[in-house]
Amino acid sequence: MSGLMQRLPGMDSLVPYIGTVLLILGGSVFYPQILGFEYLAQQLQISAFLGLLALGATLVILLGHIDLSVPWILGGAAILSTSLAGTGDAVLTALAIPAALLFGGLIGIVNGVGVAILRIPSMVWTLAVNSMLLGVAVLNTGGFNPKGEASDTMIWLATGQLAGIPAAFLVWMLVAGMMALVLTRSGFGRYLSAIGYNEKATFLSGVSTPSVIFAAFAIAGVCSALGGVLLAGYANQAYQSMGDPFLLPTIAAVVIGGTSILGGRGSLVGTIGGVLFITLLTSILSVMQISDAWRNITFGMIIIVMLLLQTLRRKGA
Amino acid sequence: MRDLMRVNQRETIAFSVLLVLLVSYLATHPAGPTPYVMTIWANQCLILALAAIAQFFAVIVRGIDLSVGAIMALTNCIASYLVIGTGVEMTFGIIVVLAAGVGCGVLNGLLVVYGRIQPIVVTLATASVFVGLALLLRPTPGGQIDYDLADALTLDVLGVPTALIITVAVIGLIWVPLRRTGLGLGLYAVGSSQQAAFQSGMPVARIRLASFALGGLFAGLAGLYFSLVTTTGDAGIGPNFTLNSIAAVVLGGVALRGGVGTLTGAIAGAFILKTIGALMFFSGLPPLAQPFVEGLILAAAIAIGGADVLRVKNKLEVFGR
Repeated sequence: MSGLMQRLPGMDSLVPYIGTVLLILGGSVFYPQILGFEYLAQQLQISAFLGLLALGATLVILLGHIDLSVPWILGGAAILSTSLAGTGDAVLTALAIPAALLFGGLIGIVNGVGVAILRIPSMVWTLAVNSMLLGVAVLNTGGFNPKGEASDTMIWLATGQLAGIPAAFLVWMLVAGMMALVLTRSGFGRYLSAIGYNEKATFLSGVSTPSVIFAAFAIAGVCSALGGVLLAGYANQAYQSMGDPFLLPTIAAVVIGGTSILGGRGSLVGTIGGVLFITLLTSILSVMQISDAWRNITFGMIIIVMLLLQTLRRKGA
Repeated sequence: MRDLMRVNQRETIAFSVLLVLLVSYLATHPAGPTPYVMTIWANQCLILALAAIAQFFAVIVRGIDLSVGAIMALTNCIASYLVIGTGVEMTFGIIVVLAAGVGCGVLNGLLVVYGRIQPIVVTLATASVFVGLALLLRPTPGGQIDYDLADALTLDVLGVPTALIITVAVIGLIWVPLRRTGLGLGLYAVGSSQQAAFQSGMPVARIRLASFALGGLFAGLAGLYFSLVTTTGDAGIGPNFTLNSIAAVVLGGVALRGGVGTLTGAIAGAFILKTIGALMFFSGLPPLAQPFVEGLILAAAIAIGGADVLRVKNKLEVFGR
């Protein structure tokens, strides 16, 4: 029985799902079309972009670190993949996605080296890496929107459908499933949380903590890059600073999902709920056609209320 | 003197770096070290320095403030309505602007202390609210600041940039006395170990609240000074200042784990960061390469600060960092 209880997702990760359902019901009172299959399927498609980024961010936050280089790993991967696909050469087009993912992984390792070997706070090091990537992108594209276009595969991944379900959503779930498998079936997941709780104790237990940190940042980099590839497929182009609007919602989604920003505790299930909640909230706020100002204020207030609910509930328990 | 340098090793490094950068900046600037060049440089530095001080007060008690830029945007927009007119009206306007800053800081503090949410997450959410309020006031950039007041505070006095005088005044009149009060000591105690501070009978909750309020005040001052330099209100100024203020405190030797570093260091870090940017502008590098080199220098400067990790003899020591 206790084994079953452990398998069930905790209350922490259920809160965002409850919030999502309330959002849908509340929104449908004013806009009945929200309950339609088409609208909800579209939301699932859009959540996939934020969702992929948040999956990677969950690993890094479980470690007790943070990755601020998400925007330009995303942007760099989008620029790289669209320029390769834009050449029209069949081989280069086929290489577009693998090359972008490799790029994300490499930058992730650079992040990991600064954090694990040089012991620079991740918040500052990944910020510096982000500004260097921005620099490289500006140098390459001259500050204009880069030329190039998405390959057919990219476009299908982002906008295609499989049996009525958006392909982007399936990609997101596939990655989430693989990640959940690695986290629960290998030592890696346990090491992640252990480092988040106490890095020194984990090291003393014989775990090669730097390799775990490298791996987590590399996987996060690949996730950000995949998000960039899909987003480029969605927009059929790459554009400057396409990643910037995603940085803070990514962190917010992970935290609303019940993952502790201090590391050590959290779940992928919660993160997925957090992503759905944030995507729906943003979407409903824009359906309501209120001004930018009120959208920002409402967004911030609802996040605060969600966080207060999470902490107050925990204190009461 | 040597003892002073040894005690303040981190600040000494920061100030030496700043000196080297400043000399090379003035040497490469086509006009040389004229008051005009110095004034523009000092104004830009002071804006970021005030933002870095706001960040310092959050970081010293083991927090982080992602709403610094948003509070600046909000106070900047308020100032663009109120800091104009007669002397009395302007005084009233400045008080409102600074009160708004303190209010934002206190709100952050209340949510952190009594809502028990991590500072990074609280300020992430409140930043969105503050920017929203700023957008309500100024959907598009506009408004005006009193030119006489702006001139008085952003030009120079007998060839010395007013911004530098303000910087020295902030250190001498606010930081040095504050460091000697119970609150000044409490900031470091809470930042080093909240539990130990609590068990020593310190009013931890009040100290953290005060720290956030001070952070809000300086973010408000940063917004106000930004208004004086640009003489207009713009709700979109936030994001760059938030991230740069974090980079600045780290460059200035303030540890993100709390309890280590000084306000003077944070100011030095801000000046370093802005001088790097200014140096790029006149360096003769192709403009397109400048953002990259700037990022490279930032990364190098941070990596040098962390380089003493390579000299650690016992591998376990690195985990305390």
